[in-house]
Amino acid sequence: MRILLIAEHNGTHLRTASRCALGFANQLAVQTDGSVTCLLLGSGLDEVAADAARFADVLVADDEALRSPVADRYARVIADVAGAGAFDLVTAAATTFAKDIVARAGGLLGGAMASDVIAHEWRDDRLLLQRPMYAGAVNATVVLHGPVQIVTVRPSAYEEAAVKNRPGSIEKIEVDAAALPNHIQFEGLASKETGRPDVTEARVVVSGGRAIKNSEDFERLIGTLADRLGAATGSSRALVDAGITPNEFQVGQTGKIVAPELYMALGISGAVQHLAGMKNSQVIVAINSDPDAPIFEVADYGLVGDVYELIPELIEKLDGD
Amino acid sequence: MKILVPTKRVPDTDQRIRVAADGLSIDTSMLPFVVNPFDAIALEEAVRISEESSQPVEVVAVGVGGDEYEEQLRTALAMGAERALLVETDRPVDPWNVARLLVKVVERESPNLIIMGKQAVDDDANQAGQFLAALLDWPQATFASKVELVEGGLRVDRETDAGIETVRVSLPAVVTTDLRLNEPRYASLPSIMRAKKKTIERLSCEELGLTIEPRIEIVAMEGTSSDRQCERVDSVDELIDRLRNVAEVI
Ligand SMILES: Cc1cc2nc3c(=O)[nH]c(=O)nc-3n(C[C@H](O)[C@H](O)[C@H](O)COP(=O)(O)OP(=O)(O)OC[C@H]3O[C@@H](n4cnc5c(N)ncnc54)[C@H](O)[C@@H]3O)c2cc1C
Ligand SMILES: Nc1ncnc2c1ncn2[C@@H]1O[C@H](COP(=O)(O)O)[C@@H](O)[C@H]1O
Repeated sequence: MRILLIAEHNGTHLRTASRCALGFANQLAVQTDGSVTCLLLGSGLDEVAADAARFADVLVADDEALRSPVADRYARVIADVAGAGAFDLVTAAATTFAKDIVARAGGLLGGAMASDVIAHEWRDDRLLLQRPMYAGAVNATVVLHGPVQIVTVRPSAYEEAAVKNRPGSIEKIEVDAAALPNHIQFEGLASKETGRPDVTEARVVVSGGRAIKNSEDFERLIGTLADRLGAATGSSRALVDAGITPNEFQVGQTGKIVAPELYMALGISGAVQHLAGMKNSQVIVAINSDPDAPIFEVADYGLVGDVYELIPELIEKLDGD
Repeated sequence: MKILVPTKRVPDTDQRIRVAADGLSIDTSMLPFVVNPFDAIALEEAVRISEESSQPVEVVAVGVGGDEYEEQLRTALAMGAERALLVETDRPVDPWNVARLLVKVVERESPNLIIMGKQAVDDDANQAGQFLAALLDWPQATFASKVELVEGGLRVDRETDAGIETVRVSLPAVVTTDLRLNEPRYASLPSIMRAKKKTIERLSCEELGLTIEPRIEIVAMEGTSSDRQCERVDSVDELIDRLRNVAEVI
């Protein structure tokens, strides 16, 4: 298969999530005797193009009109590159960027799309894709029928691609800025800098739930413990809804999907929607005052008790070493 | 102004989902169904816009499915939709076909705005809104946590992995909802009674001039379960010991 990977970047480097999607693309290219091309969109892309070329051949859509990731423009460029039989499959990491933009491109490319794929198999000339449904209660195996297959993959399900022996080529593609749609204006991005690792990339994630009563307590308990472990902080939906944590902290079916080496669920009940986002973590610790909380069913280690007593004790004992 | 709200019927989110005997679908025999939670948020937003606007605003709920959709469309009417429309299909349709059918509805209804869920919590696809916007060549503002009517269109806050992004879109547009956009109301008894009396308009795929083109074929489905054995520890010391010396993760 000729595979086009839509890569996300921070202006200088490919994002980890995209390197994982590239891991999927590389596997599939080997299995199908195919190729992988990476498409970068944005403005001022020389540095990131060089980074991407360490992993694959690169196409660069570099134009002032693509400075911000607006869906109508980006999707048009992607569909122009991928359409007309040029590629068999378009892939990206299942992030909000891809959910917004790559899905729209999917609509321009005939709508054969599987979201959030966690495994795949090439069998009898068919690509079998496994994806969770119903908040992860079931895994479905699906086959796509359409002119181009669009696949977003869950980053935690695939290993990051390795650097290639020889760098790939870099080719600029013409962007006809005047012909691009102009109906979405980007106004700004407000992100809360926490100074901690991103929850999807961290080796350890410390998450708090409704047991935590306010932002000060969250910072004092969850934040301090996270810092002691070099961890990212996350939370259940309950805390995001209450305004205690920002939306990008939400782990779950409709938030972020994480699979760190260690996930600590502190005062989280373990609703299926939360489990959907963390149950594939390698080691799961749950602390909850309710011995029957469902979170214990997916945990490796469970401690029953009050987080307001146990977290300070944990911090103190870890500090003590 | 007219607002279209695509409304999907999904299993109640509190229910345990099991795979049916065919190994290709879920067992729906015991399941209560609800309006997809994100679509309830979309309905609420549309109704609020109509309540707050000085101009008349018509909210039209649209389902794509079988007779059983009447239940959810009545809920939409009870929440404040003016009209409800059912595009009749006898089998489940994927996001591509939902979007194609909705394009035909848009051609008949000429709405200025479509508000819909970011994701149906059964297939968890997160596609139909983006497909629809692409097919209509309309702007989109996905994962909305705030929608304001402004001169020339909408200003929308979007929940992204990196934080809250703000965009402006011209109308007509497609907006998809995130959880924090609003808290959907419960329908009052009188409005439920009124909704019962309304007719639900029906359209067939033939009338819309479309045949379904399946894009996603499910070839297997299996339940997931956790095979972890939870070791209950009795103290923080024990927990630290396990994490350090057994799991070796700290
Ligand atoms: C469409 C939809 C999408 C959703 N998406 C998500 C999602 O992506 N992510 C998500 O997390 N949720 C999501 N939810 C919400 C989910 O269903 C739950 O409501 C939510 O996860 C509950 O959060 P919680 O566990 O923090 O709160 P609760 O369920 O209220 O649990 C709090 C827990 O803390 C324990 N506790 C209380 N006090 C203490 C104490 N002092 N010490 C120790 N333990 C204590 C209690 O025993 C309880 O188990 C979604 C829901 C819907 C309908
Ligand atoms: N059968 C359907 N009938 C009406 N609306 C639908 C249907 N399927 C999907 N939608 C709409 O599309 C949104 C996204 O669905 P999905 O792409 O399946 O996750 C849902 O929140 C609904 O607003």
